[in-house]
Amino acid sequence: MNARLAWPIAAVALVALPFVYRDPYHLHIFVLILIWSFAYTSWSMMGRFGLVSLGHGGFMGVGAYVTALLWNHLGVSPWIGIPIALVCAGGLALIVAYPCFRFRITGHYFALVTLALSGIVLQVITATRDYTGGSLGYTPERTKGNNILALQFEDKTVWYLIALAVWAAGLVIWYWVDRSMSRYAMEAISEDEDAAAAAGVDVTAEKLKITVISAAMTALAGALYCQYQMFISPDTVSGISVSLQMVFAVVVGGIYVALGPTVGAVITLLLAESLRIFFGTKAVGWDNLVYGVLLVLFIIFLPKGILGSLMDRLKSGGARPVAARKPA
Amino acid sequence: MQSFLEAFDIFLLEAVLNGILLGGLLALLALGLNLIFGVIDVTWICYAELVMIGMYGMYFLVQYYGLSYWVAAPAAIVLVALLGALLHWLVIEPLLSAAPINQLLATGGVLFVLQSFATVAFGIDFRNLGIRLPVLSFADMHLSYSRLLAFAAALVGMIVVYLFMTRTYTGTAIRAIAQDRQIMALMGVDTKRIYLVTSALGGALAGLAACLLVLQYDVHPFVGLSFGPITFLICVLGGLGNFVGGFVAAFLFAEIISLGGLFSDLEWGYVLAFAFFIVMMFVRPAGLLARRS
Repeated sequence: MNARLAWPIAAVALVALPFVYRDPYHLHIFVLILIWSFAYTSWSMMGRFGLVSLGHGGFMGVGAYVTALLWNHLGVSPWIGIPIALVCAGGLALIVAYPCFRFRITGHYFALVTLALSGIVLQVITATRDYTGGSLGYTPERTKGNNILALQFEDKTVWYLIALAVWAAGLVIWYWVDRSMSRYAMEAISEDEDAAAAAGVDVTAEKLKITVISAAMTALAGALYCQYQMFISPDTVSGISVSLQMVFAVVVGGIYVALGPTVGAVITLLLAESLRIFFGTKAVGWDNLVYGVLLVLFIIFLPKGILGSLMDRLKSGGARPVAARKPA
Repeated sequence: MQSFLEAFDIFLLEAVLNGILLGGLLALLALGLNLIFGVIDVTWICYAELVMIGMYGMYFLVQYYGLSYWVAAPAAIVLVALLGALLHWLVIEPLLSAAPINQLLATGGVLFVLQSFATVAFGIDFRNLGIRLPVLSFADMHLSYSRLLAFAAALVGMIVVYLFMTRTYTGTAIRAIAQDRQIMALMGVDTKRIYLVTSALGGALAGLAACLLVLQYDVHPFVGLSFGPITFLICVLGGLGNFVGGFVAAFLFAEIISLGGLFSDLEWGYVLAFAFFIVMMFVRPAGLLARRS
């Protein structure tokens, strides 16, 4: 099929899907896949350039909790609350990332510093349990029926369309970065920071730019998840396990290709759901067991992920030396 | 007013002492991780999960097979040491030449595996040994024997490791590899064997920590998350691979947590410790005791 025709057809098919196919359970799975795909895409905005962050669970938690807290305590509509949450997450990313990049904290160290960040966010949410409900979770106050102002909809179709739009926007941002000068700057940085700096790349500024974009996108994913599920708990939107889950899905799908995180989300969520259906209530733990084994196998045998390896196979011989390794 | 101050000081002193006792345990955990990092240049994200498996081992040996604590402890240590060697052989060895971040993520996968293995095999119930050691009280302070024992055993463990590293051929080889991994192969040291020995030693330290932790805390599959992150932070704060730095950082962290917990909730102690960590990363990015370049 002609590639120029394929994209519009795929887009129309995706938009038309909820009007043709109305099974609520499957729509629910689709919405979750889209929201998490967006979150994973946000992570790999940084991850593809060797900036492996284990703090994205923190950003997601900020996005979800700031939006919900503003709505419940101050009555601020999510339409205003979400931008505030994005600014908060971006600010947090700046505060943590600026010194990291300024003092050349990379590789292992960067991963562990960001790990501390997701730990802090989790502990703060738990510690301020008078406001956030602590580890018991938190529910934004419900309004009746569909309420655009409160960003609450009964109909799954609406949510599907919202999630689809946001996911598509995530891909657009990916392509926008991919085509910008920043991408070349970041690839140079991920190969060799000193050489990049010598070639006139503002290393700190470039890294900060991509980090703040990534953090804000992740916060948006958190806020969307909160508005859709109407229930958030520190374990589901923040903390280290969420961060690791993001890394895992992206590695399985493929870090270096635009649709890789989406493929990762489809695989991991379908895997989790089918295991849950297959094992029933005994499923607790089995999904993560399979996840973990797969993650290890993937990193050893298929470090570019499923989609990445497939695309390499398709255009084998194509000049695409991906920045897979980088000195610590 | 007078009595209030007295009471306050006693609590403060108790918190400081408890901090020191906690510090010993954290230092032991950090030592194992630092050893692995210093020698093999790999961070075991799943280190705390090895400890968790060790705690389960202790639980089953003592509660299920009815062994005494002193018999079960060496068995658990050997079990976790084997697990450490296995982890190296199965996961790290194929990735030795891969990007460091891939090694980090692979051990992250092992974290998932161990955690969910425990969930599947043992369930999510909280379990404990059923051994309650008495609480030592003097001068209105309460210090539990289990903490004192843990502190003492941690110190002894660290001294044994120190002697091993400085007095034996293998220990010297390990230290030499930590300094220059390329050249040692040329000097006739079997790097692969040294890596395996180091992994087993790191595992054994995790096992020792498990034997001590199981006296104070209940075991459940996610227990690793409650002290794993702290251990990494201590290692980074001290400078990854820097044994003395890790030791100092462990006590600093323990005091912050303990004193922070005195003035507010325990979580705020952790928040303070995390915040302290991030601030210190800016002040001393290469670790507490690093020389300025």
